[in-house]
Amino acid sequence: MKSKFQKIFKGGLGQLTIPIIAILILVIFNLIRDPSFFSISVTHNNDGNIVLAGNLISIINAASELAVLAMGMTLVTAASGGQDISVGAAAAIAGSAFVSMLKSGSTITGGTVLLAFFYACLFAMAFGAFNGTLVAVFKIQPMIATLILYTCGRSIAYWINGGATPTVSSPIITAIGSFIPGIPIPTPVIIVIVVAIIFKLVFHFTSLELFTQSVGINEKAARLNGINATWIKLLSFIILGLCVAVAGVISVSRLGLINHETILLDVEMDAILAVAIGGNSLGGGKFKISGSIIGAYVIHMLTITLYAMKVSSTDVKAYKAIVIILLVVIGSPVIKSKFTKRMTQLKNRKTKVSTKGAL
Amino acid sequence: MKKRLKSILMTGVLAMSMFLTACGSSGGDKGGDSTTASSGGDKTTEAAATKDDATGTIKVGVVNNPPSESGYREANVKDMEAVFSAENGYELKTFYSLKNDEQLQAAQGFITEGVDYLLVSAAETTGWDEVLKNAQEAGIKVYLFDRMIDVDESLYEAAVVSDMSAEGDLAVKWLLDQNLPEYNVIHIQGAMGSDAQIGRTGALDEQFASGKMNKVVQQTATWDEAEAKKIVESVINSGEKFNVIYAENDGMAKGAVAALDEAGITHGVDGDVIVMGFDCNKWALRELLAKKWNYDGQCSPFQAQIISDLIQGKTTASSKKIINEEKGFDATTITQEDIDTYGLGE
Amino acid sequence: MHDECLLSMRHINKYFPGVKALSDVDFTLRHGEIHALMGENGAGKSTLIKVLTGVYQNDGGEIAVEGEKLHIRSPQDAQRGGISTVYQEITLCPNLTVAENMFIGREEGPLIRQKNYVKRANEILSELGIPARGSQILGSCSLAVQQMVAIARAVDMKCKVLILDEPTSSLDDKEVQVLFKLMRDLKSRGVGIIFVTHFLEQVYEVCDRITVLRNGELVGEYLTEDLPQVQLVAKMIGKDLDELSSFGKAEVKEYGPDDVFYEAEELSSSDALPFDFKIHKGEVNGFTGLLGSGRSESVRAIFGADKVNGGTVKIKGDSVKINKPIDAMKHGIGYLPEDRKRDGIIADLSVRENIILALQVMKGFFKPISRSESEAFADEYIKALNIKTASRETPIGSLSGGNQQKVILARWLLTHPDYLILDEPTRGIDVGTKLEIQKLVLKLAEDGVSVTFISSEIEEMLRTCSRLIVMRDRHVVGELKGEELTEAQVMKTIAGGNTVNEE
Repeated sequence: MKSKFQKIFKGGLGQLTIPIIAILILVIFNLIRDPSFFSISVTHNNDGNIVLAGNLISIINAASELAVLAMGMTLVTAASGGQDISVGAAAAIAGSAFVSMLKSGSTITGGTVLLAFFYACLFAMAFGAFNGTLVAVFKIQPMIATLILYTCGRSIAYWINGGATPTVSSPIITAIGSFIPGIPIPTPVIIVIVVAIIFKLVFHFTSLELFTQSVGINEKAARLNGINATWIKLLSFIILGLCVAVAGVISVSRLGLINHETILLDVEMDAILAVAIGGNSLGGGKFKISGSIIGAYVIHMLTITLYAMKVSSTDVKAYKAIVIILLVVIGSPVIKSKFTKRMTQLKNRKTKVSTKGAL
Repeated sequence: MKKRLKSILMTGVLAMSMFLTACGSSGGDKGGDSTTASSGGDKTTEAAATKDDATGTIKVGVVNNPPSESGYREANVKDMEAVFSAENGYELKTFYSLKNDEQLQAAQGFITEGVDYLLVSAAETTGWDEVLKNAQEAGIKVYLFDRMIDVDESLYEAAVVSDMSAEGDLAVKWLLDQNLPEYNVIHIQGAMGSDAQIGRTGALDEQFASGKMNKVVQQTATWDEAEAKKIVESVINSGEKFNVIYAENDGMAKGAVAALDEAGITHGVDGDVIVMGFDCNKWALRELLAKKWNYDGQCSPFQAQIISDLIQGKTTASSKKIINEEKGFDATTITQEDIDTYGLGE
Repeated sequence: MHDECLLSMRHINKYFPGVKALSDVDFTLRHGEIHALMGENGAGKSTLIKVLTGVYQNDGGEIAVEGEKLHIRSPQDAQRGGISTVYQEITLCPNLTVAENMFIGREEGPLIRQKNYVKRANEILSELGIPARGSQILGSCSLAVQQMVAIARAVDMKCKVLILDEPTSSLDDKEVQVLFKLMRDLKSRGVGIIFVTHFLEQVYEVCDRITVLRNGELVGEYLTEDLPQVQLVAKMIGKDLDELSSFGKAEVKEYGPDDVFYEAEELSSSDALPFDFKIHKGEVNGFTGLLGSGRSESVRAIFGADKVNGGTVKIKGDSVKINKPIDAMKHGIGYLPEDRKRDGIIADLSVRENIILALQVMKGFFKPISRSESEAFADEYIKALNIKTASRETPIGSLSGGNQQKVILARWLLTHPDYLILDEPTRGIDVGTKLEIQKLVLKLAEDGVSVTFISSEIEEMLRTCSRLIVMRDRHVVGELKGEELTEAQVMKTIAGGNTVNEE
């Protein structure tokens, strides 16, 4: 029992230590501030369904798009050692594609929604492949390569819309964006779980994880072991493209509206942050998807906490920055090594004391 | 060493900014006039070459923001193109950019080209003195639309603008007319410092200050629908009472309503919470017609007809600043006809 | 002159979590002495040097330079105390000039004008007889010269104790001689040099004294002339050297035309000129030649590691195309690259993941090896090759060089190759592991695996290979087998003049 605990503490948690501690601190802080902060209530929504409500639900619900994007971003980061800053703009494109497909038909049925989703995926994967080609084939730095789409992506979304803010309304869209009748958990949360499970299954049934890490850590060695590094990098961007499509569709479905200027604005920075908070190296290599998901929840818990404290939303970014600086600095290799050193010193002292005691 | 580094950096920054410029303006072009070239400079020289002064049409040069900027702008651009059409006896030249210096360059190009009228909706309020003086010297009459510029009044014929604070006043007056027993307001603001935000916030702030209305929360969502939803959600979760949502545009109102729907709070004409939005998007007006929202304030993008009338002498300007009259729609009185006439977008 | 004791380290202890890396180690360096620090990997050489240079802090004991006690807490402290290090991997900036490299990061650096320091650099370089100019870009110099520039930098910083950590492992013989001349020159100026190397011959060529460490403990300090080479090896590995003599020369086998496993004609790549090559089933052959002679480039072409430009390749008589590593792997070829760190290990991944990597790639993207299967594979090879690692989940980067090499070997053995190419498998690893690898090669050949073996140590190649292909200036200049396989003959062929015995 004790040894198991020690193992979790020493090894198993490892990379996840910082994000989990961050969540715990936020939880404790909120509980002290307002003991009922995390209370969950059961209510009926306006469609007459029984739903769960409360800050905790708001947090995990609102973080859904970010969590999905962070998963894809983790893969891109691991494979290419860089980040895709165009995910927000690409999500605008995917969302616009989704809406335009829905509006092209007269009625919205389950079939047309599915079709529209595939259409959005197609767009997002194509743009992912575009980014991936620039990075993997032309060896352009990911941030520079994706700057192109970052700059013009929302214009492309505008062309697809052919108008300002098209809206769609349908019970199916509402079900995707808020609640499925009979299920009290917000659908976006369920989608995150599904996406996470898909990632887990992909890692289980393919060698994606091993190959991606190999390419990210030592591309030359990976090549000499027969891994097609170009393809692996390209693949990571295409997978991120799928995540972008999912995030875009969730975001559009929440309100039944696509505003290409504001949809998932600045989400790329949060996604990169989520990856970093999750303890993943932004220089690529080893990664943990679960870390990034927790990172996404940390970011949103922080935002919701600040809103609950009635911090002006113009100031929220500044407070967020402070907390993030703290997290990233604490998670930095310098502090980490200092900490482990201190721990071993303490341990040595302890063992010395105990041997003395034995004498 | 240091010098070399610096020069490399400089080149990099330069290349980057050129690239961004190219990308930005190309975005504008596609959405608007297909004759506009990739940059302001090119466009004007090209246009100058095709100058044709034999006809009796009125030549109008329009410098505007690109239609991709917003639904408002798109309607604005379409309106301009419809009114200053060949059938109406005009020859229209357009230039769209979000960048002030590109706009200035294009305006100068129109002057050199010899248009009869120059219509400007500037990206920034400053820097226009020189160009407008040149226009005056060349005998070109200038009309400002949608946005004011910081120049002497003598440099333009008239400015046709929306009065954002009048929009706010109108909305707040409507709200007071509802005679609610108490007003607990969630106020969701637009991007801080924008004209629309300042104008639409002012009237409500007065009510908060006078104590007639109670401010539950006042937050900016910077025109972001999702952010608006989060703000309302956090109020709901805190358990505070509210009965009015005053959102400074339609998108944010929609975000707020999504939060209400999820929490099972009724809204609209027969609901517990009054929902107010601005801009009069068609979809928003339809929400009014369905009685799910209560009020939508107009921000009219239709200045072209007023200017056209002034140019053709059908009306005369009583003052330099012409306020484009705007409406506020009430869910109980709105008609499908209103939506068709005043709604923006599809 | 105080002849005795330039540097003295007394009762040095160093702990790492769970390990005692140094236990009560003494080390003494005298003025004008070249002192070899010997030991197998993991013996504590690197730790001792890192304590001395301030990379680690000692957990006990004291260090004194010229009788003055030093508290070394950082590399800067060490430098101020007159202790400088030149590492195996050059730590200078290859895209700066020689002069800039010599003065970068030094206190007076920014105050000296560019012209002045080029001038000063040239003075120092010519004084030390280093064939480089101050204005030259460092990257354009050979590795040896780069190393010498690093030494010149140290000398100019008034160092009294110069530590050379494996300086010769990437140099060819001629370059080594130039380096030794420089070392002797410094010695005559009274500099004390600590020389860490795996090359025993070099120790005997240049060193005055030898200190041997084993398992973090001091074995002893000896005058070089009092310690025969065999005894030195015995002290390092702590056992008798029967094993060294237990296997003699590889036997010469006769092969028929049906025994050819791999045959290439006019094979060329972006880095290798066209060459012919064949290897038989169960044969061990080798490429030899000086560094830069094209031996590594040739084997890389066989494996498809570089872009293949032309030539025909037959495996077991069938024409095949090998353009990428995966093609070669599918035909049963494995390749252990020359630069382990750059091309071999995936540093942050575990020993287990590193072992299964090649097999996994061959099985394909959609057929992952299960966790339990991979654990079994890892355990099997950790045991079979006697890999010293805390666990199979330990990152390979934290293993010693020799054990890393064994993991890479395990990776290829797991694919059960028909043909294994080993480029410098024994470089920079300890004597014990070297022997193990040589034995393994011979055993593989016995089992019918073809092996191409490359090593900078001719003696090692003579012991393992039954045929040697000699290269010079990117051309194959000869092939030696049977009676011709003597060190003298190889030297002669490498040195050249005439092409000998071409088939």
